[in-house]
Amino acid sequence: MEDAMQNIFSSDDISDPADVAERWIEGGRTVAIATVIETWGSAPRPVGSHLVIDGEGNFHGSVSGGCVEGAVIAEAMDVIADGKPRLLEFGVADETAWRVGLSCGGRISVYVERVG
Amino acid sequence: MDISSLRAFNAARDARRAVLLLTDLTGGGERVIAPGNTVEEGLAVAVEDAFRSGKSRVVETGGRKFFLNVHLPPPRLVVIGAVHISQALASMAKIAGYDMEIIDPRAAFATGERFPDVRLYAEWPEDMLEARPLDAFTALAALTHDPKIDDYPLRQAILADCFYVGALGSRKTHAARIERLKATGLSDEQIGRIRAPIGLDIGAASPAEIAVAVLGEVIAALRKRGSGTG
Repeated sequence: MEDAMQNIFSSDDISDPADVAERWIEGGRTVAIATVIETWGSAPRPVGSHLVIDGEGNFHGSVSGGCVEGAVIAEAMDVIADGKPRLLEFGVADETAWRVGLSCGGRISVYVERVG
Repeated sequence: MDISSLRAFNAARDARRAVLLLTDLTGGGERVIAPGNTVEEGLAVAVEDAFRSGKSRVVETGGRKFFLNVHLPPPRLVVIGAVHISQALASMAKIAGYDMEIIDPRAAFATGERFPDVRLYAEWPEDMLEARPLDAFTALAALTHDPKIDDYPLRQAILADCFYVGALGSRKTHAARIERLKATGLSDEQIGRIRAPIGLDIGAASPAEIAVAVLGEVIAALRKRGSGTG
């Protein structure tokens, strides 16, 4: 019974981005975490969703349905390089500022920071 | 973010503790906060609200912006009784994303053959709940009709402030149950939290239909938590 209890709450944590970030860091990788901190209108992923990125551009999780991940990963490379957090905004209204946008018509704000 | 913050945040989530990561978007830096921790005056209400609602959000106070990333434990469903309804409920709970377990000391009922895909404990609730206490993020459904098995976990669920407490049984059965629970020192208000007869009123007849009614009631209790309609 003891063993069964150890496993009770570990069911799906394996794929959780915050857990993945911790594992990657322990494995010696440099990591940035991107988090959806605000959404307006119809947004594909809720506030609090994470995308974790390492220095090689590997990533896990999502901050949108795939619409803006490429841009977030590119920014994350800079964040990893200089350690300065970035606040990114994506949406239809920002199409001139950003080459990517959300086809669903929503708008999201994403905070990207280096861990460690 | 400091690696120690990430570790503390993850450790709390793994241990089924509510936790909040407070990030200062203006000045940088973050803090890991547990329910009841003291926070700056301008953030106290927002932090309390986040712990109640489970909703993460940005808050502006004193000219600074903060992100409150709150994590509440995933809902757990503890079912007392390895009965026919529990068999149907086990499949449905899994689909709906509820972490379900069944406790029934009757070895003839609690067999792996009858329950292949759910955690099953052929133990007395007294023993199981001491080892793995109920909490506010847990729903409890007592389905055996047997006072020897159901009464103790029902009482514990009320004391642990489980977000849902339901008990199977006719009105007559429940009236007798109320008297027994009163004798243990629970108030009318506390006992009134028990949903009985169990399940949403959808005219459920078969065990599978009753399972739908129970799961629907559990979902409603979780989603309407604190809104006064739950």
